[in-house]
Amino acid sequence: MREFSPVASNWRSTETTHTYLSRHNVPVIWDIDTRALVRHIRIAGAMRGVLATDGTPAEQLIFEARNVPPMTGLELAGRVSCQEAYPWTKGSIEVATSPWSESMGEAGAADESKRFRVAAYDFGIKQNILRLLVDHNCDVTVVPANTSAEDVLAMKPDGVFLSNGPGDPEPVTYAVEAIGKLLGRVPIFGICLGHQLCGLALGGKTYKLKFGHHGSNHPVKNLLTGQVEITAQNHGFVVDPESLPSHDVEVTHENLNDHTNEGMRHRSLPLFSVQYHPEASPGPHDSHYLFHEFTNLMKDNKFSGALRRHHRANE
Amino acid sequence: MPKRTDIKKILIIGSGPIIIGQACEFDYSGTQACKALRADGYIVALVNSNPATIMTDPEVADRTYIEPLIKEYVTEIIARERPDALLPTVGGQTGLNLAVELAESGVLEKYHVEMIGASLRAIKVAEDRLWFKDACRKIGLDVPASALVNNAQDAMRLGDQLGYPVVIRPSFTLGGTGGSIAYNREEFAESITRALEASPVHEALVEESVLGWKEYELEVMRDFRDNFVVICSIENFDPMGVHTGDSITVAPAQTLTDKEYQRMRDASAAIIREVGVETGGSNIQFAVQPETGRMVVIEMNPRVSRSSALASKATGFPIAKIAARLAVGMSLDEITNDITRKTPASFEPTIDYVVVKIPKWQFEKFPGSDSTLGTQMKSVGEVMAIGRTFKEALQKGIRSLEPHTPWRAPAEAPASMLREKLATPRPDRIHWLLVALERGLPATEVCELTKIDPWFIRQLEEIVASNRRAAGVTVETASRELLREVKRMGASDEQLAAIWKTTPATVRLQRARWGIAPVFKRVDTCAAEFESYTPYLYSTYEDEDEADPQARPKIVILGSGPNRIGQGIEFDYCCCHAAFALREDGFETVMVNCNPETVSTDYDTSDRLYFEPLTLEDVLAVVEREKPQGVIVQFGGQTPLNLALELKRNGVPIIGTAPESIDLAEDRRRFGRLLEELRIPQARNGTALVPEEAARVAAEIGLPVLVRPSYVLGGRAMVIAYDVNTVQEYVAQAALMGPAKPVLIDQFLEEATEVDVDALADGTDVVIGGIMEHIEEAGVHSGDSSCVLPPVSLTPSVKARIRDYTKRLAMALRVVGLMNVQYAIQRDIVYVLEVNPRASRTVPYVSKATGVPLAKVAARLMAGRKLAEIPLPVVQVDGVGEIPVRDYHAVKSPVFPFNKFRGVDTILGPEMRSTGEVMGISPDFGQAFAKAQLAAGQRLPKQGTLFLSVNDRDKRHVIALAKELAELGFKLLATRGTAAALRAAGVDAESVYKVNEGRPNIVDLIKTAKVDLIINTPLGRESFYDEKSIRRAAVRYNIPCITTLSAAHAAARGIRAMLDHGLEVAALQDLHRVRTVADHSTSSAD
Repeated sequence: MREFSPVASNWRSTETTHTYLSRHNVPVIWDIDTRALVRHIRIAGAMRGVLATDGTPAEQLIFEARNVPPMTGLELAGRVSCQEAYPWTKGSIEVATSPWSESMGEAGAADESKRFRVAAYDFGIKQNILRLLVDHNCDVTVVPANTSAEDVLAMKPDGVFLSNGPGDPEPVTYAVEAIGKLLGRVPIFGICLGHQLCGLALGGKTYKLKFGHHGSNHPVKNLLTGQVEITAQNHGFVVDPESLPSHDVEVTHENLNDHTNEGMRHRSLPLFSVQYHPEASPGPHDSHYLFHEFTNLMKDNKFSGALRRHHRANE
Repeated sequence: MPKRTDIKKILIIGSGPIIIGQACEFDYSGTQACKALRADGYIVALVNSNPATIMTDPEVADRTYIEPLIKEYVTEIIARERPDALLPTVGGQTGLNLAVELAESGVLEKYHVEMIGASLRAIKVAEDRLWFKDACRKIGLDVPASALVNNAQDAMRLGDQLGYPVVIRPSFTLGGTGGSIAYNREEFAESITRALEASPVHEALVEESVLGWKEYELEVMRDFRDNFVVICSIENFDPMGVHTGDSITVAPAQTLTDKEYQRMRDASAAIIREVGVETGGSNIQFAVQPETGRMVVIEMNPRVSRSSALASKATGFPIAKIAARLAVGMSLDEITNDITRKTPASFEPTIDYVVVKIPKWQFEKFPGSDSTLGTQMKSVGEVMAIGRTFKEALQKGIRSLEPHTPWRAPAEAPASMLREKLATPRPDRIHWLLVALERGLPATEVCELTKIDPWFIRQLEEIVASNRRAAGVTVETASRELLREVKRMGASDEQLAAIWKTTPATVRLQRARWGIAPVFKRVDTCAAEFESYTPYLYSTYEDEDEADPQARPKIVILGSGPNRIGQGIEFDYCCCHAAFALREDGFETVMVNCNPETVSTDYDTSDRLYFEPLTLEDVLAVVEREKPQGVIVQFGGQTPLNLALELKRNGVPIIGTAPESIDLAEDRRRFGRLLEELRIPQARNGTALVPEEAARVAAEIGLPVLVRPSYVLGGRAMVIAYDVNTVQEYVAQAALMGPAKPVLIDQFLEEATEVDVDALADGTDVVIGGIMEHIEEAGVHSGDSSCVLPPVSLTPSVKARIRDYTKRLAMALRVVGLMNVQYAIQRDIVYVLEVNPRASRTVPYVSKATGVPLAKVAARLMAGRKLAEIPLPVVQVDGVGEIPVRDYHAVKSPVFPFNKFRGVDTILGPEMRSTGEVMGISPDFGQAFAKAQLAAGQRLPKQGTLFLSVNDRDKRHVIALAKELAELGFKLLATRGTAAALRAAGVDAESVYKVNEGRPNIVDLIKTAKVDLIINTPLGRESFYDEKSIRRAAVRYNIPCITTLSAAHAAARGIRAMLDHGLEVAALQDLHRVRTVADHSTSSAD
């Protein structure tokens, strides 16, 4: 960043960012021309890099950077995933002693008596996804990336969630395989890497963008409603919508900046996924409705007996 | 949804004259709306009373009415134009209120005009504080506890219940007029009475105080498809309690986490939906309790606003333009972002820099006014600065203010004084904050005293610490690292020069030695994520430069900085016109300015925009990067002119009139010698440095005299002295104020008629653009005087001399471009008062009246073209070319901010105090004057009671006036002396008490609404104070008050014209067409 604040001033603050990051051994690069860096990446494309503070000559660093394995073909989800399944119970953070709740108008409408068991695949899952699932009356169990479809189904979940995560989706073959087996047996909702894995499982292809989508202001059009959502995004790979079998899969969301794919659903089976981050955090809450759609999908499935051919619950 | 095809013609209402709380941001928004709608194929009709706006240029709209923003006039325009729709949201509160009035009185329904952009219901819900609060509560949002009151008793009961302090907000007033905070019961009793009076509906909101809370604003947009985006978040540096227009503000919000910010965003979306603003922009304000995070909604503006103009400039997202297109049915995703050219407008701008806005106040213009900042806005203008950090932006902002010279604290400032200066917000608080930290007041105490967020105080501490490190070395010993550090913090060369006791030039030299120069970054809405096609730039100290200057022939135009009294929108108008003309002529145009309200800082106006302070350092950096063929300094008023000589010394190619000529004209002594050489009469004059000398000079010249400092603008600190003592006091005071600059002492020409002339010259030829006769006599500042074009009472011989002098002066000063001359005519002698070889305040008014855009022509002359090759409707009169006005009169009238400064005398004098102007046009002079008065807020009565009180000098002239008004049916009241004079002349007049004579006196009558028109001419110092209370009462009760006999005569003609002709309106396009036709059939004027 251009400037790193050494102080904190907020009613919720318990420590400074500096102490927090130090504790977690997270390096911070600051006091650089960040705009120059962004322009460089925009023009040259996403690239590998090396951080150094020890005065190593540039030539050596460039050599080292070139030896970093390229992102394409890299399977990272397994590396960052949890190793054991665990339950998650925490809901959204209240930011103030206000009568007004953050989840107003969405989860607030849900019925407490109807709870859903959700198995959430952890490919590098963001906690806010879990919090929002809890807000939406889900009893969540987080499972490791390599959990088999059989093991998940044995948990008798009402729905399966496929998380975001780092790296190229293609080498995550075990997950693609699991999704293929889960498809049609339990409602599925995927985000980001989870979306890409669904794309692959449905027979589509993915490819790497020049410099990816990063930030909290990407306009995405919901093609079913015509409305625009301002979304948080952080991905380098995308699903090629042309590669999807159109008789089975419907493209539901499109990025208005570069018209790449942002979401899809299965035409007859309970699966939908989005490329962006509806849980935001950071970012706008325009797409929280997707969590509601997920519970609707589960509700429809759960309370109408066995899974059957159906359209999306909110239609 | 594509744009609507069922509407063809759209009426836009402008915001009228520049007043405090409503400045040129609405010219910016209105102009954008007009341009956008016309580009989409709609016919646009426009009404605005302000001739100094770009929006009233005849090219901007299809049909342009410079008419009073009064229901009757706009109804007449609607009847003539029959628009299908009315866009009420781009003309500020004035435009919105007028639209509501038209809707509620059935005018819109009668003529089948649809209100687009915001429905009547949405406007009412958003504007009515109680309805708005109900709407917020309904959707679960928190608001400060409050209730509406319409009488003092209820108010007191409520105040006691809420506890003090409490906030008082009168309903339906502009910029918070009449609003205040009461800290105790007694103060509350006084404030509530005033608030109820200020409210047009006699109603005020009494509210729980959120004083000291963090204050935020979100600029949001919504379209017909219910797409919602936040364009910009703004955080107030000054916490709640200071009007946001008077606060230093920062974009984006600096002290919210994403969670808190998103909560505010969700609340904004919920509010705009609940209120029902279907399309367009809105501004929503929040307060956050710093200890608990409790967030309350404060208010909403369902229209574009001052903040939305700031947000547009801060982000590069043109809110008004987009709002206009949304109003005709387009959706955000159907509109392309101009800056990236490939992404849609349905996104939220990302800011990779920090924007700071600092208001500009001018309390020195209103002696006796209270400079404490509160809930009523008092600033007259603002600057915006962009930096990569808050510190850099803040320091750039501070130096963007006028004057640029670093603020210096008194050497002695005891801690108690520091504490008081911090605890009470006043214009200089930011300086005191730095001083207090510098002198070791602990940051925690500073936070406690000011309630400013600790994060901001920490930033100030860092500035102070970095300055302290600089103070530890000298300019020679400062290391590259240190110099770069302080420059990265935003310190100016001038500031460093002060620290190092050297000159800014030496600092610049040292920077050059170390290779420390600013780079330019782009404002591109997307933090460099996409390529930008609009070079909208700011300077910073970083690695990479993105200016990418082009090799095309180019001209840099220096803007006028923050709006001030005496230097306002008129100069911005001229700068814009220079950009338009030079672009048409194939030049690349480069604008430099730091005022976010203006059209000149719209990235559309010029090819390249540098949002930078107008100081030598910053302008030189732009010039060094751009290497232009020419730099224009004569359009931006005094700000760029003050830089002219220094720029030239630094090798900058100034085009147009040479800076030396401008300097000569400003230098009274040298200019006096020139007039003598030219044998042109001037008022006797002299200069003095010390009181004794001043007394001698004044005696030689003969009293009364006009005393003023050298280098003036807007008549800063000028007085008319009727005795030697006043002269001596003045000189003694001026000597205290600063370095020894001589005080100018001029003969004051009593009872003279003043005349303004704007002329064009190319070095060989001169064309007079307009001769304007002032309606107030000499002695009233030209900016505060009404004037009429063409002149109505000048003899042919006087006019011939004016033309001759003007031409010879332009030649002698080798003027290339514009020149303004002020003359005073006393007993048939034409005296030159002042020559300004530059654009003047009257240029837009003359251009609107004649249809000839003087500033555009002047820009072309500066770029090397000749008058002979530019087609102009010129006729030769008295051997001088002139642009004639024949078929109508155009009267310009000033507008004053007296209602914002309680207790200030409203008498007009040599110190300019008007903030804006209006124009009235009619074939009949009286009618034009009456319209101008009406537009300025002085509704001349057609009948009723007239109060007359005139000085002895005027007594002999008042008889005819009184007779005329009596004939028109007015009942006359007069003070004893005046009444006696009237009765002696056979005019029936009832006498009333003066204030000090007994009761009921005239002020009592004014207060009980028994007077409809006041004519009160004072003379000399004594009567100034005697009659102050009458004039104050007049302002408070909004009764037209005329303070000169010449204006009274004009008013009588105006009243007669209104009675004879009724109401008439005309579009500029028609007036100018008539004039063009007339030009072909006649060959000489007069």
